[in-house]
Amino acid sequence: MNDKDKDNQKYELSGLLIDEQEDRSIRAKLWYLWRLLWRDKSGLIGLTVFLIIVFTATFASQLSPHDPLKQNLHVSRQPPVWVEEGNAEHILGTDNLGRDIFSRIIYGARVSIMVGFLGVSMAFSLGMMIGLIAGYKGGRVDSIIMTLTNMILALPYLVFVVFVAAILGRSLLNVILIFGLTDIPIFVRVTRGEVLRLREEGYIEAAVSIGQKTPAIIFKHIMPNLLGPLITLATFEMSAMIFYEAGLGFLGLSVPPTIPSWGNMLAEGRQYLTVYPWMSIYPGLAIVITGFGMNLFGDWLRDALDPRLRRMKK
Amino acid sequence: MLKYLLSRMFYSVALLFGVLFLVFMLLHITGDPVSLMVSRHATPAEIEALRQELGFDRPLLVQFAEFVKNALQGDFGRSFRYRQPAMDLVVQRIPATIELASVALFMAILMGVTIGILGGSNPNTALDSIARGLGLLGQTIPTFWLGLILIIIFSLNLGWFPAYGRETFKFIGLTLPNKSIILPAFALSLFTTGQLARFTRSAVLEVMNEEYVTTARSKGLKKMRIYSRYILKNSAIPLISIIGVQFSYLLSGSIYIETIFSWPGLGNLLAEAVSTRDFFLVQATAFFTSFVVIGLHLVTDIIYMLVDPRIRYR
Amino acid sequence: MKPILSVQNLCTRFDTFDGSVFAVNDVSFDLMPGETLAVVGESGSGKSVTMLSILGLLPRSSSKVSGHAYYSAGAGAAEVDLISLSSDELNRYRGNHISIIFQDALRSLNPVLTVGEQITESLATHKGYDKKKAYKRAIELLELVGISQPDKRFNNYPHMFSGGMRQRAMIAIAISCTPDILIADEPTTALDVTIQTQIIELTRHLQHELGMAVIWITHDLGVVAGLAERVLVMYGGTGVETAPVDQLYEKPLHPYTQGLLGAIPSIAGSGTHRLVSIEGSPPDMFQKPKHCQYTWRCPHVFERCWNEIPPAFEVAEKHFSKCFYDLIKKEPRAEDR
Repeated sequence: MNDKDKDNQKYELSGLLIDEQEDRSIRAKLWYLWRLLWRDKSGLIGLTVFLIIVFTATFASQLSPHDPLKQNLHVSRQPPVWVEEGNAEHILGTDNLGRDIFSRIIYGARVSIMVGFLGVSMAFSLGMMIGLIAGYKGGRVDSIIMTLTNMILALPYLVFVVFVAAILGRSLLNVILIFGLTDIPIFVRVTRGEVLRLREEGYIEAAVSIGQKTPAIIFKHIMPNLLGPLITLATFEMSAMIFYEAGLGFLGLSVPPTIPSWGNMLAEGRQYLTVYPWMSIYPGLAIVITGFGMNLFGDWLRDALDPRLRRMKK
Repeated sequence: MLKYLLSRMFYSVALLFGVLFLVFMLLHITGDPVSLMVSRHATPAEIEALRQELGFDRPLLVQFAEFVKNALQGDFGRSFRYRQPAMDLVVQRIPATIELASVALFMAILMGVTIGILGGSNPNTALDSIARGLGLLGQTIPTFWLGLILIIIFSLNLGWFPAYGRETFKFIGLTLPNKSIILPAFALSLFTTGQLARFTRSAVLEVMNEEYVTTARSKGLKKMRIYSRYILKNSAIPLISIIGVQFSYLLSGSIYIETIFSWPGLGNLLAEAVSTRDFFLVQATAFFTSFVVIGLHLVTDIIYMLVDPRIRYR
Repeated sequence: MKPILSVQNLCTRFDTFDGSVFAVNDVSFDLMPGETLAVVGESGSGKSVTMLSILGLLPRSSSKVSGHAYYSAGAGAAEVDLISLSSDELNRYRGNHISIIFQDALRSLNPVLTVGEQITESLATHKGYDKKKAYKRAIELLELVGISQPDKRFNNYPHMFSGGMRQRAMIAIAISCTPDILIADEPTTALDVTIQTQIIELTRHLQHELGMAVIWITHDLGVVAGLAERVLVMYGGTGVETAPVDQLYEKPLHPYTQGLLGAIPSIAGSGTHRLVSIEGSPPDMFQKPKHCQYTWRCPHVFERCWNEIPPAFEVAEKHFSKCFYDLIKKEPRAEDR
């Protein structure tokens, strides 16, 4: 009824809140999240889809029915099994060189997950560090970091990624580096925003006032509060990275053409679009399903981890 | 107000210089820009000759000064492939891209904002689910794949639209694209449609909970008036900046769509320049796209200022 | 005399994520033409929700309002039950016959419309005034509520006003169609003391001028003494005691009211005497009340209190208390009525 009173109460309690946060063990937190997840089916579906993709990527060699690189011109250009002339041996058909599309999609998940996971890990750790410095130090350091960050975020991202990719050349490491580095600014911005918010809520002052040292404040009070928003961001960024990697592949700028990746498959499929459309349809569908799962999960995670939002729902 | 405007303009100019620096540095990122430009079979003598011709043997700082000086006069070097000044080529291609992005933006606003308003003002109904679903769809279907699928369905199977190219007709002295723009514009717009549906929905939801809407209802105003003057007018403010950002997404996203549909615009030019290693042309395109995007952000800010009285009088 | 507004057995329930909240549980009161009724109670006691329910301002999808609120416009006019009306039908009364002003004027005014436009739109809607006529009237109104240079201020946006001026503008909007009833929902809580007094003075002046009845919601008992003729004390979503203001202060006959007044050093003194919370916590609003909601904190509680909801006992003339304990005789009431 009276928000002001509630806020006041919250403010007075902020000292207590810190303790409460620490008291709650990781296990209890995870259990709580799991119960939330079970209640909201869309988040559960998203997580399941994501885990299936990760599983596929990890066990690609065990799961794929064929060697994804093996060419066999005798069976080339076969449509999927449910189309006439289809063959149960190749359920999603074969490409112009007779390689099994289903196996290539399974292996393609490897590139996507690897680029997404390693790229995001890199951007996450570096971005969080820089953002912590900016938000905690404030002043001149902050304004320099934020000016740079905002500058980079104001640029047409895709154009520059294409530019850099063209210069560095096609390799898996390059692609990971490109995404890992160019994605730092967004993590910086979110981290800094959260640090400033915590500052305003009095967490940090409360900790300083009882004589805690800077590292202790950062690791005990700030980091745990950062993880929620950053993990949510990471989910969305990983899905975006998987998209961008496929896009670069489509333009012939990602991993070398010898490696089966969803983007590379689309680029090859495009040349045969009019005659063998299945070469383009299914790799793309794999991207859609991955993006769908990760976005569903990300949306759920954002709602579940954001205490402000949860309060609003009530 | 004037002060705000001037500081924004200063920022934009500073940003442009940042872009110039970036565009210059990217070419030197590997340390040897010439090797990027020559074919693999070039002899060392040929490489050395080109290096001297392009001035890459001089100190970096001198090169940069020269680059900035030329850039300010619109000179970004000559395209190897077309044997023309790079900027001339870029300028020729702008209209087609602006045209495509504008039509896409128009489609996105028409669909996204409408669905967003309907969803936001009827939370937890079927309309709301459609708005949320569309938001998710826009995020999960990659543009480059959607383009291919649209061609398969609407060009190859149904034959309603051409699969590629920009066809035009004359109308009172203007050269306008005919239905050939529909497929590429639609493919380009889906992501933005989803984003706008999402943002509009949450903006409307948020405004509906504002106290001034309760006041409006307490005044006995007609529903239509509450919508137009209270809910929509206030929701429109955050939307303006989002539309500005989205337009720059559309401009860079055109690289996929223009490649797929052979649309003679900037994106197509960039993809081509990248694949032929025509790096002066890449530089020019990247700079120009950034220029347009930065300009758009400035215009967005100005419109924002004109619409929101709270900023206007700051 | 016939009351201009007669609220009977009003109940409001919210359906939320975590279950139903019983915000208002059986509130009844009458409002006489031209009188001032103060509604006091701590936050969460259902004061505001009662008023919002009467005006149909709660979200219809998540709230359920039952009971009656009979409004009769002047002598001889037919009674209408506001609770039974649709949103469109209510629009004939809201802002026209019954107006409301809220606590936070900045958030209650539309930030993107000029103050002038927010006044004239009411006039255009209810009185059918054209632009020129509405402008003229709006200037008069701004002058009436004490805003200087009204022609200049007409074109200003709310954020350009000071806090006190915003509340004046809110009042101008509320009285634009000369309503019979003005509901003031803690309009001075967010303002500092001098401005508070000004706004209270302004309201009294306007009430005198326009002859409207005022419902003044507050948790500031200092305000009540000088302002109201009658007081309704609310607790746990129900009106626990209602009496003429002097009687209530002299001889409160509900334990809750006694607790409230006990916390105040001097009654007659002006200034701000906020309600000081009484020991114990407010009732749990997630349960539908089955007995008096004050039992957890009441010093006179006995067994019957835990089993029944007390009806309103007329303990003195025009003085009602919902309590099974007779505070005059200092013993439980022998029987009903």
